[in-house]
Amino acid sequence: MARKLPAKDVVIVGFGWTGAIMAQELTDEGLDVIAIERGPWRDTAMDYPPNYAQDELRYHIRHELFLRPEQTTFTFRNNMSQTALPIRNWGAFMPPNGVGGGGVHWNAETWRFLPSDFVLRTHLTERYGADFLPADMTIQDWGVTYEDLEPHYDAFEYLCGTCGTAGNVNGEIRQGGNPFEGARSRDYPNPAQEQGFGHALFGKAAAEMGYKPFPQPSGNMSRPYTNPLGVRLGPCTYCGYCEWFGCGNYSKASPQTTILPVLIRKSNFMVRDNCEVTRINTDASGKRATGVTFVDTRGEEWEQPADLVILAAYAIFNVQLLLLSKIGKPYDPITGEGVVGRNFTHQVTSGVKGFFDKEKYNFNPFISSGAIGMCIDEFNGDNFDHGPLGFVGGGYIGQVQTNGRPIQTTPVPKDTPAWGAEWKKAVRDNYLSTVLPATHGSFYSYRDIYLDLDPTYTDRLGRPLVRMTIDFHDNELKMSRFLTDKLAEIAQAMGASKVEKSYRKGPYDITTYQTTHLNGGAVMGNDPRTSFLNRYLQSWDVSNLFVTGASAFPQNAGYNPTGTVAALAYWATDAIRTKYLPNPGPLANA
Amino acid sequence: MLNLRRRDLLVSVALWAGSGAMVKAGLISGRLPWATNAGSPPEPVRPGPWKFFTAQEAAAVEALVDRIIPPDPKTPGGKDAGCAVYIDRQLAGPYGRQDGLYERPPFMKGLKGQGPQDPDGPAMHYRKGLAALDEYCRNQHGKPFAELSDSDKDDVLSGIEKGSIELKGGAGQTFFQQVIKDAQQGFFADPIYGGNRDMASWRMIGFPGTRYDYRDWIKRHNERFPLPPVSLEGRTEWVVRKS
Amino acid sequence: MLRRVITVVAVIVVAAAIGLFVGLQSYASRTPSRQGSRIGAQDFDLVAKGHYLVTLGDCEACHTDPGQPGRPFAGGRPVETPFGLILAANITPDRETGIGSWSDEEFDAALRKGRRPDGSPLYPAMPYGSYAKMSKDDVRAIRAYLNTMKPIHNAVETNQLPFPFSIRSGMWLWDALYYDGTTFTPDPDKSDAWNRGAFLVRGPGHCGVCHTPKTVLGGDDTSRRLQGANLQGWFIPEITSNKVRGIGSWSEADLVAYLKTGHNRATAATGPMAEVVELSTSRMKDEDLRAIATYLKDQPGSSEDTPPPLSARDPQMVAGAAIYRDSCSACHAPNGKGAPHLFPALAEAPNVRSRDATTLIRIVLQGTRSVATNAEPTAPAMPSYGWQLSDDQIAAVLTYIRNSWGAAAPPVKPEDVKSVRSGGEG
Repeated sequence: MARKLPAKDVVIVGFGWTGAIMAQELTDEGLDVIAIERGPWRDTAMDYPPNYAQDELRYHIRHELFLRPEQTTFTFRNNMSQTALPIRNWGAFMPPNGVGGGGVHWNAETWRFLPSDFVLRTHLTERYGADFLPADMTIQDWGVTYEDLEPHYDAFEYLCGTCGTAGNVNGEIRQGGNPFEGARSRDYPNPAQEQGFGHALFGKAAAEMGYKPFPQPSGNMSRPYTNPLGVRLGPCTYCGYCEWFGCGNYSKASPQTTILPVLIRKSNFMVRDNCEVTRINTDASGKRATGVTFVDTRGEEWEQPADLVILAAYAIFNVQLLLLSKIGKPYDPITGEGVVGRNFTHQVTSGVKGFFDKEKYNFNPFISSGAIGMCIDEFNGDNFDHGPLGFVGGGYIGQVQTNGRPIQTTPVPKDTPAWGAEWKKAVRDNYLSTVLPATHGSFYSYRDIYLDLDPTYTDRLGRPLVRMTIDFHDNELKMSRFLTDKLAEIAQAMGASKVEKSYRKGPYDITTYQTTHLNGGAVMGNDPRTSFLNRYLQSWDVSNLFVTGASAFPQNAGYNPTGTVAALAYWATDAIRTKYLPNPGPLANA
Repeated sequence: MLNLRRRDLLVSVALWAGSGAMVKAGLISGRLPWATNAGSPPEPVRPGPWKFFTAQEAAAVEALVDRIIPPDPKTPGGKDAGCAVYIDRQLAGPYGRQDGLYERPPFMKGLKGQGPQDPDGPAMHYRKGLAALDEYCRNQHGKPFAELSDSDKDDVLSGIEKGSIELKGGAGQTFFQQVIKDAQQGFFADPIYGGNRDMASWRMIGFPGTRYDYRDWIKRHNERFPLPPVSLEGRTEWVVRKS
Repeated sequence: MLRRVITVVAVIVVAAAIGLFVGLQSYASRTPSRQGSRIGAQDFDLVAKGHYLVTLGDCEACHTDPGQPGRPFAGGRPVETPFGLILAANITPDRETGIGSWSDEEFDAALRKGRRPDGSPLYPAMPYGSYAKMSKDDVRAIRAYLNTMKPIHNAVETNQLPFPFSIRSGMWLWDALYYDGTTFTPDPDKSDAWNRGAFLVRGPGHCGVCHTPKTVLGGDDTSRRLQGANLQGWFIPEITSNKVRGIGSWSEADLVAYLKTGHNRATAATGPMAEVVELSTSRMKDEDLRAIATYLKDQPGSSEDTPPPLSARDPQMVAGAAIYRDSCSACHAPNGKGAPHLFPALAEAPNVRSRDATTLIRIVLQGTRSVATNAEPTAPAMPSYGWQLSDDQIAAVLTYIRNSWGAAAPPVKPEDVKSVRSGGEG
């Protein structure tokens, strides 16, 4: 029997980026806020100090900072004719765990989506006609526009000290930035990071080919920075132990380095760590959330009542909690009805290996950061004419290589034996003179790619795991192939002696890493028949429930999602503060 | 509504006292938690008796890692680099036991893309695989794997890799791929874990190890980085020489 | 250390015996008056003045137990002295276990004379020698403020010292040697700011209790005021005009920033000073902080002589340079300048070149977190290196940072590190 705790104004489920942003904003509003996080508290000096954070085996290979599948995992199948099996060890993506969530171990690549991304169906239909889109593609407009979100992108970038070169400031196109980006209201708070040899060489080659390369926007500081909350970050030292690792010297933007020092001092805020929320409770009508139930490390159950529930867990777990709490209509892929689990997507990445003459080229790949690099955006979104190409979507292309960590990054030509003297020689000969640029493509949504609850497998608490049904569609594979070919041309132009392409191939598999950008399942929109949330991230069904995170994306664009995830969180808190709190209830009409 | 004070329950014991043990609290408020001597630094592997392998298994593994990463005049092979020690210690620990992985039944065979569905962890794989390897070699060559000539060893391994040689239990190919992976990981991991002795692999490729500050090098394009590698346990230059 | 203890024990025993025998009048037991306070509850100005004085005196740091939140001034917090533990008293208005039954005169006697209502002396862990610099009116205001606290029933057995230190009557000798009961008188040759600073530092701020080196018996070595002291595993730095290891090279703004926010361009408050900043100096008025700066920058310091810097070829310097490059520079920067208000600038922080390296050793071994204030909330922390670096290596890298970037200081010995590591003093 769950014991009831004293009520709070707000309970936040999950304490990563959006949980921290929501807590910071809502405590400023004077509300009494508690956050409940399944994983442990994390702190720079106590958990990933710069004298043992740089341990590739521990953090990259053994996944120390991530969720343990033993605690919970998902099941996976490509399509409905198969039986989903559990993901017993992570591979394709790395779900976060602990205070700070993905913000602790992310690369800090901080992008904005394109204006056309937010009105995707309308835009593509207008340009190419409805018949151009595959019949089973379920992309949607978001219900918000880029202009709605611009001030909130700005807020996140200034919170983090994002380092970059603006390409479009209030309509004025700027040299050295991304000419395709949506107009921003002002410059980045910090200049772009320095670039390594390989990154700069890519930029040079791309420029010579007529592209407009620009530095990737980075949440790793190019110089010391003090954010608007008064929290200070240090300068990034290009250590090459960025993504999947915690940053040991306060130079990667994370909730720890941007929000928590201020938030934790507020008397109207507290956080419980190592407590797992097991359900969102609703009243008898099912239309009002009354709080959450959670389990502590001893297995004891507690109830945290609250007037406002913010579900801010990792995207898939948002969906799982909604399904387990029986909030919203579960999606049925056969009928196409229902919304919880609908429009589930990932990201489509690919790469090439550029092998160079080792006597002439030394790239020092170990000197890098998680969000360094030079990119081009000519082939992202709808920045180019898809008419003759027969697919939609796109992505950025760049030399954004983050590391030279030897367990993971000792590239060899494709016919090199996997072991023996030749292998050893190939490793030695190519380590310093190879570049690994990549493409980062969109993943649009489809009728038969969705989430639901597995009928067989359960977690340690006996609750059904989320089941992912997902495969690549031709559109995405075609798009990715196109990007890969373009990338190979640039790698060649850089002066590579040999370029090997690695196309993304189907079927979708769970063993090779493809970013942790899982999205959808509780998407936002203007129509309750096809979205779980309205444009303010408020549940259509339960008006005192808001759900933040990438679960709100109706489809994924060709960019890393965190910038947009954070902008939506700021947009939602703005709506809560200015519209919901003065007048609680539904903020949008169906 | 409880009106908890801002001072949280984790404040370290009186400023005058010595180091305090880390207290795990479920509720954090008021200040960022702190404890002296906090953190969980890695436990160094020390030379000593095998913790997982029998003497026979150890001989086989040493021979395996020395073919996977053969010695050459410039750099040690897998055996001298400590890769067998690395694997031994890893199998004796959480990795060998599959700690942290999802191990609930039912275990069903699935698509390759669905990932391993195997109740046996690496520890069991090695027990079975090494036994099967030696049994095959005894049957075919009259000796265990470790006692074959190098070229015979390579032939056996190539056969297993291609699938032309089957080991008892049928999992020879996957077992060999696992040994390759483990040996190479041990070769490149920090020496604190038993392999990569004296940072041999890092010297081989020019990887500076655990260095954390390249601000004065990021703009020096196409230049060789000259400093020797460092590991979690430091480097020889950290030792104070007796004058 | 043992020799020191034996000396002190001998002195105390003798003193206690004399005290008991002679029955020195002020130490004879008497009956407490139980009158309670006569100060009215409506005297808001007095209460406000008292609140500020309590902030200046940092009473909360000792008299509130951080392990028992919600019980301000209820005592029970252990205070370590060189002779053992004392628990701070309950100074809430509770009549039975606090000071509610004390008359205002008895309260004044405690604060400024170190005398309890029953006549027995307080141990100078309670810095009554400093508080004596305050006036009777000051103390009245403090009483008025404490009267507004919630009475909390919390019986505290303050005297936890081992025999013979537990004999209070022995304190007459200590007082005879060290107690100067005069209230503060301004120096007419000095500015108002200097005098205000002098009052704050010598009086309620009681800075010398930590920052002034002590004699064998634990009293202040008045010939070396504020020149740094070794206390319970920390070296408390010199805060005089000494430009090398004091605050002589800091501007007034540097010192005000440090006291107000806990951080300045060179360094950050940590360890015992973190709490002082948090509870006391960060809540002081700016003009008082400037006054403290004025006074401190005028205090004579220890010798500024430095040894010649060690040669870069000295084995400790060679190893230290390698360790620094590999382990320290990612935060503290190759040129020792760190990042302002985030990573201390070792090239500029005076306590890096202190005569005693105990604090440096302790910080490297165990790690530490700097203070968070509203103005500077980041509270960056230094991780622990004790697991990674040997005594030799810590001694080498500290020797290196003490002798780099144009500065010089005596090298650190591995034995010093070993001593701190095992819980002793460096």
